[in-house]
Amino acid sequence: MSRQHIISVLLENESGALSCVAGLFSARAYNIESLTVAPTQDPTLSRLTLVTVGTEETIEQIKKQLNKLIDVVKLVDLSESFSLERELALLKVKKNDIIAKKIEDLSADSLALITDETDGFLVIELVGEKVWLDDFLASIKDEIIEVVRTGVIGLSRGERSLTL
Amino acid sequence: MVELSGGEIVIQSLKDEGVEYVFGYPGGCVLHIYDAIFKQQDVKHVLVRHEQGATHAADGYARSSGKPGVVLVTSGPGATNAVTGIATAYMDSIPMVVITGQVPRPVIGTDAFQEVDTVGITRPCVKHNFLVKEVADIAETMKKAFFLATSGRPGPVVVDIPKDITDPNVKVPYQYPAEVNMRSYKPTVSGNIGQTRKAIKLIQAAKRPVVYSGGGVVLGEASEELTQLCHTLNLPITQTLMGLGAFPGTDVQSIGMLGMHGTYEANMAMHDSDLIIAIGARFDDRVTGKIADFCPHAKIIHIDVDPASISKTITVDVPIVGQVKPILLDMLAQLESLDETFDRNRIGDWWNQIEEWRAVDCMAYDKESDIIKPQYVIEQLYKVTNGEAFVTSDVGQHQMFAAQYYPFDKPRRWINSGGLGTMGFGLPAAMGVKFANPDADVACVTGEGSIQMCLQELSTMLQYDTPVKVVNLNNGYLGMVRQWQEFTYKSRYSHSYMEALPDFKKLAEAYGHVGMQITKKEDVEPALREAFALKDRTVFMDFLTDKEENVYPMIESGKAHNDMVMAPNSKYKRVLA
Repeated sequence: MSRQHIISVLLENESGALSCVAGLFSARAYNIESLTVAPTQDPTLSRLTLVTVGTEETIEQIKKQLNKLIDVVKLVDLSESFSLERELALLKVKKNDIIAKKIEDLSADSLALITDETDGFLVIELVGEKVWLDDFLASIKDEIIEVVRTGVIGLSRGERSLTL
Repeated sequence: MVELSGGEIVIQSLKDEGVEYVFGYPGGCVLHIYDAIFKQQDVKHVLVRHEQGATHAADGYARSSGKPGVVLVTSGPGATNAVTGIATAYMDSIPMVVITGQVPRPVIGTDAFQEVDTVGITRPCVKHNFLVKEVADIAETMKKAFFLATSGRPGPVVVDIPKDITDPNVKVPYQYPAEVNMRSYKPTVSGNIGQTRKAIKLIQAAKRPVVYSGGGVVLGEASEELTQLCHTLNLPITQTLMGLGAFPGTDVQSIGMLGMHGTYEANMAMHDSDLIIAIGARFDDRVTGKIADFCPHAKIIHIDVDPASISKTITVDVPIVGQVKPILLDMLAQLESLDETFDRNRIGDWWNQIEEWRAVDCMAYDKESDIIKPQYVIEQLYKVTNGEAFVTSDVGQHQMFAAQYYPFDKPRRWINSGGLGTMGFGLPAAMGVKFANPDADVACVTGEGSIQMCLQELSTMLQYDTPVKVVNLNNGYLGMVRQWQEFTYKSRYSHSYMEALPDFKKLAEAYGHVGMQITKKEDVEPALREAFALKDRTVFMDFLTDKEENVYPMIESGKAHNDMVMAPNSKYKRVLA
């Protein structure tokens, strides 16, 4: 059965390293739902988070093939442990009552912030789990002028960590 | 510390790496490097006639010697022409370092003359590649390239070097690193002891075990250990196309090649086995046939250096990741320490069954025919060379005939493009083999289709005096294509017949070699004897063979191991009908 996995990868911060990862997914016909990458505290390393969907066998192959890339230093499948995931979205809407109500209705622990208001247009910042973002954006889909999402990032809870 | 220019560093690094030959072709972006080659004697350069030839020659050199092959080509078309040879080496895990010139750094990305994104183009078909950006990084990158190419699961590594960092006027201190340490690359060496213990237990309990070994045994120099394991345990062994020779093909325990054109006994044994011991093999689709019906009764032990090969297409029961040699040594040591001695007759019934299958004589062909049968030519080649030659091949029917009818008793003697199936491989590869083994007999078994794909290297072979015996099995057809068309397209031979073939005898002579055309069966052996007696000449033997001979047995695409098409005249029907 296919399931979503969040895989975090420590990658040598070299030119071409990201292409190796992207190329692997296209060459082997693996799914890639989202991919986000930035340097870590150690500037020689990047941390890449990718969301992919596949059967257990496919995910196992993806992990092995990723590990086989010379520039991949270490990886962890966050879906295998108790972990946190977050995604950030920036959303542009016209200021109106529907939006105001929607924001108001959000529960206290949802992160929605009106970041900017210019000429009657709002930029709203949303932070949450991918599923919550999907649902929220679907619920106001007719109001959305533009939306940009970062893709999922994640971190394991507790003592476990992806470090060298 | 000595100060060298980038171009000199490239060559000095090769020298420090112990490289003897570089196969290459000059051009604008590698001129500084070529000037550095000119000024020294240790690293010898072989000027090929096409960059594809350079890669295949380096590949043949590597396969026959175990040492990495080295290629040097220019930017743009030099690099793109090399891609087929790089991909060929990649698919068969051959250690190779390919140095490509790149346009100067300031013009990278401007669509400069002879610019291509070499790192981008080669990425999917290399183990790793580098674009070197500073002259001070060249030496360390070269060291990394050789380390990566030759360790773990070997493979080709491309080093792309912009012209301006090879500038003879810019000198930097040079020291070739004694070793490199890469935090992201730590290939596994020895296997997990617990897993080998489990494997031994399974082998002890198995009633119908089969060893299925592949190219990893050749690459891992584990031929001796494999042979010892099979002999100690009296195991039947089938070898893949890439593995032939790791276990002696003439040994009674060898049941031949398996897979699409494997022997009846090997494929039947795989199908009926209760334990497959896969060693340095990767369950390629030409080997497995229909995945769902692959070895339906068997547990599978899989020894491989590449974790990604484990359970990729076939789920295995006992994976052992590591180099074949230490793992087999470990298994042999464990067997040695067992309390009970191993009863060689324990699997007597299984051997009886295998002998019954072997008696089918699946590779029988019409020996009475007056026409030259391709199988007959290979058998005579075996006889004339006492089975001792290095044999390279191109791709197609002739490749299968060579694999089937020339049993190899030693590793590294059989050299062919197994994974990528590259026509044009055979001739330049044979040249590379000859560089590595100047005193050995080298034959290139080819066909009139394949040979024309890299024919130009006949010229290089004359220049560098690398005598090879070319065995051209000329049936006027792209034989394997024609066979598939006969079997699955009701003999609609769509573009598989070649008209206007050159006179190969004259062509060979035009290149300064000896040409022969053999049209009669009785001339086959004498021609071969004459050719091999001409020790210092390349001889092109054009054998006009049976036009529509097929390769049997054959497992058609998507069929299971026990579903083989047998030769029409084989004993198969008489025995089993």
